[in-house]
Parts: sequence; C-alpha cells; structure tokens
Amino acid sequence: MTIHAQAGALIDWSWIEQNAGQIWDRTIEHLTLTGISVALGLVISVGLAIVALRWRWSFSPITWTTGFLYTIPSLALFAFLVPLVGLNEVNAVIALTSYTLLILVRNIVAGIDGVPAAVLEAADGMGYTRRARFWRMEVPLALPAIVAGVRIASVTTVGLVTITAILGLGGYGFFILRGLNTLFFTQMIVGVVLSVILATLLDFAFILAERTLSPWARSSQ
Amino acid sequence: MIKLEGISKLYPGSPDPAVGNLSLEIEMGEFVTLVGPSGCGKTTTLKMINRIIEPTAGSIEINGIDAMSVPVHELRRSIGYVIQQIGLFPHRTIAQNIATVPQLVGWDQGRIDSRIAELIEVVGLNPEMLTRYPSELSGGQQQRVGVARALAADPPVLLMDEPFGAVDPIVRGHLQQEFLELQRKLGKTVVFVTHDIDEAIRLGTRIAILNTGGVLEQYDAPAVILSEPANQFVADFLGGERGLKRLGLLPVSTAEIARGPVVDRTASTEEARRTMQEHGVDWLGILDGSRLLGWIDANDLDGAQPGAVMPRPFAVSLRSDSSLRAALDAVVTGRARVAVIVDDGIYRGMLDLDAIAEEITE
Repeated sequence: MTIHAQAGALIDWSWIEQNAGQIWDRTIEHLTLTGISVALGLVISVGLAIVALRWRWSFSPITWTTGFLYTIPSLALFAFLVPLVGLNEVNAVIALTSYTLLILVRNIVAGIDGVPAAVLEAADGMGYTRRARFWRMEVPLALPAIVAGVRIASVTTVGLVTITAILGLGGYGFFILRGLNTLFFTQMIVGVVLSVILATLLDFAFILAERTLSPWARSSQ
Repeated sequence: MIKLEGISKLYPGSPDPAVGNLSLEIEMGEFVTLVGPSGCGKTTTLKMINRIIEPTAGSIEINGIDAMSVPVHELRRSIGYVIQQIGLFPHRTIAQNIATVPQLVGWDQGRIDSRIAELIEVVGLNPEMLTRYPSELSGGQQQRVGVARALAADPPVLLMDEPFGAVDPIVRGHLQQEFLELQRKLGKTVVFVTHDIDEAIRLGTRIAILNTGGVLEQYDAPAVILSEPANQFVADFLGGERGLKRLGLLPVSTAEIARGPVVDRTASTEEARRTMQEHGVDWLGILDGSRLLGWIDANDLDGAQPGAVMPRPFAVSLRSDSSLRAALDAVVTGRARVAVIVDDGIYRGMLDLDAIAEEITE
C-alpha cells in the first residue's frame, strides 16, 4: 500500500480499482456476520417470545435480561468474550446476536399482542382450533411488526459489525480501522460509505418485504 | 331447539354469579332477543351457547345434541356468530372472510365460490367488494360482511351480540329491517343480544328480559310483554310509551278498518251531503271506482256535484301491513284526522283515532 496520487485528492480511485477483490471479500464478510447474527437472534427471540407469550410473568425478566445485554458497550463485550471464546468469528457472532435480542423479542411480542381481540374472538367463534388460530391469524397479522423488528436489528447490526474490526474482522470496518491507523483516507471513506450504503439497502429491502407481506395494511383508508 | 338448563357462570374471585341457574328454551326458527340492563348477563348467556364462555354449571342442548359433548371447534362451525366489533380478518379479502367456515369444514373451491357470490347478493353488497380488504369498507358494509360470514356454511343457528350497536342510527335501521326480512326468508334460529329495548321489540319473536345475575324476569312475545309486563322491573325496563311501542308491532289490518266518509265521483250533491252528515265530518273522500282520488272540503262542494270539484290529495297513505303506530301518526298530523289505507292503488278504508285507541287498550 502506497500513499500517493494527486496531492489534496481525498479519494484515490486507483486504489479502489486495485483492491476491488478485497472490497468484495469484505462485503461478503460484512453480510455474513450480519446475516448469521440476525438469523441466530431471530431464532432465539422467537423462542423467548413464545415463552413470554405462554407464561406472561416471564416477559419482564426476559426484557430485563435482553435490555441489560443491549446496554453493554460493544467494545467491552468483545473484550469480555476473548478469554472465553478467543479472538474470532464466534466472539463476534455472540456479541452481535446478543444485541438483536431486545429489539426482536419486543417486536414479536408486540406484534402478537397487537392482533385485535375482536379478530381472535371471531376466529374462535368461527371454529378455529387454538393452533390454527395462531398460525393463520396471529402470525400473519403480527408479521409486519416482526419484519419491522428484523429490519431495525439488521440495520443496527450492520453498524456494529464495523466494530468487530478490532477482532481482525469487521467487514467494511476493516477499511475504516486501517484507514485511521495509516491516515489513508480513501480506505476510511470506502469503509464508511459502503457501510452506509449497505445499511440503507437492507433498510429498503425490508421495507419492501414488509409491504409485500401485508398488502392489506397498505389499503387502509 | 336450543335448551339451556340451569346454566351458571361464576367467575373466580367474584361472590355473585354473572349468570345463575338460568333455563331458557328457544324453538327452531325463532328470533329471540336477550335484553336487560348492563350486568344482567345477557352477553354471557349468549356466549355460553357456543362456549366462547364455558358455563360453570348446567347443560346446553342444541337440536338434541349436548353442546358439552362435542369438540368446541366443531360445535362453533355449526353456529353462526356475529359480534358488535365485527372482527373481520384484516389480512383477508372480503371473499376470503366469507369463505372462512366453508374452508374450515372442507368444502371444495367451486362450492365455496358460488356460495360467496350468492351471499354477497343476500347481504346487499356489490360483488366488486369481494376483492377488497376489510379496512376499505365502511362500518355498515363491514357488518354486512360479518353477517355473510356467519351465514356462509348455512348454520341453523345464529348468535348475534349487539351486531348493529356500532353503526349510526340510520344505517342501524336499514340493517335491522334487512336482517329481519332475511331471517324470515331463511328461517334461521337467531339469538340476539341487545341493550336497546326498541331493537328487541322490533326484531324478536320472543323477548327474554334479564335482570342482574341472569335472572329471567319475563320471556314472551313482544306484544304480550308490552301489554302484560310480568312485574315492576319489566314495566320499568320497557319505559314510557308502552302503548305506542305496542302499536308499532301491530299491522293496520288488526284494527277495524271502516269505509269512512267517501263517495264515488259520480255521486250526487245530495248523497255527498248525507254521507258527511252521517259521519259528522265537514270533508269527503272521493273515489273513482276502487281508486281514492283525494278529499274535498264541505265548502268546496257548495251545491256542486262531487265530481266537479278538484280533490286534494291525502298527505299520507298507508298500506294494510303498515304499523298502527304509523297510522296514529297519520291521524294526528293530517287535516282529515284519519289514516287512509291503500294497497297497490286500491282503496281499503280508513282508521280514525277511536279505532286505533281500541287496539291500545285491548
């Protein structure tokens, strides 16, 4: 890596061209870390939400615990996990996953709770079994809220992945950290701009998914 | 027949039962309204029939089948259910909403489709609505869909919990009238909860008046309840104007319809004078054969032949199936102090105040 190019130019386009392969690899890394963490978070959250819905008293301790995890500074959590699991992907995924839980559990529970009582009573009155009512009424009606939760969790995780650069990972965060260390601004800017673009694209994709999954909600007068 | 025997609902932690030891029999094809003040257990009683609320004691029999012995979802699929908050499924189109029970009981798609097309007509909605979502419909339209959904699998029994309570009074009036006609046509057994005594009187073939704790104070046809309230509670609940309410239930044809002071337009002046004298009035109805042309004032006659005077129209004319209450209104608002009855252009006769009052005091 050389610091060259026209004096004063913020962006060294030739660096970008030369490192296209590496940028692509870091894109995959960024998406993978985000994807795995949110997916894992969703699986755990669905479990926790089912527990919270089934045994109402457990909702408080569950939100308290996931809320506590959410408040731990990310840097501190990565550091705390090093002696336990080492300086690797597992460390990153555990930390990133734990940050999605509060958002996801709350949205799933709120989504299910938000199904109007009259709809449930009508479904009972029509002769739905308890299980059929859950899958055909409660889940589809809660889906927009659940997808909204996944959207917020994903966008937040895209931001947090950059911090895993201190573990030698980081996706685009890798460029930001190295750019800072070497004062090579092209790298830093590439890292920042691409992270923002990725977060925005994910946001739009989930908004689109939300709309596709709930055509009925769009037609409200 | 729906047979409730000694049913009770006692909520844990409550000293008094919401409904205590209530027995009620409803014949097939009847339209029974459950009415009473809030806390009388009318909704609880209704919801125990399809076990939305499980009774703590007593037995419920529907057409000879013990409601407690069948799986609750199967019981409910054979009972139509309409609630005040309607509860249409927001993520399903109107067609899918109506198809709910037929789908649950496994009809094939062809049969479901033709049933949907039939029902949308029955409840008076435009078939264009079928592809829309509930949020795109007005409250009145939504409740029509609610009724169509309840009727979809052709259940013999319909349970309705204040179904028209959330719509405005004008729409409510239309819905009541249409539903009454629909019920008479389909012969469904309807159990209908309302807190509105006028609605109960208007719709019910029998009214069950309940007091706090599900105590059955009176169970009778509306006309009987109005003329012979069983006790002070019922009389108080019926409120004022009981006579008028009773008149609202009786068709004009139950009263003695008189020919009244009328002559044919070809009658002589002399005959016209004599008819007015006989009836002690200063006006005269003019007929053309069986058609009522209108009325003329005694002063208009002034020696002329009745046919030579331009008759004035009666402001209101009623039919034989109009209510006596409408007839009374016509009497007190019209100049001639009578209600004229005309069926499809044929003059039937007229009613005066005495003839109507006769029916109140009866």
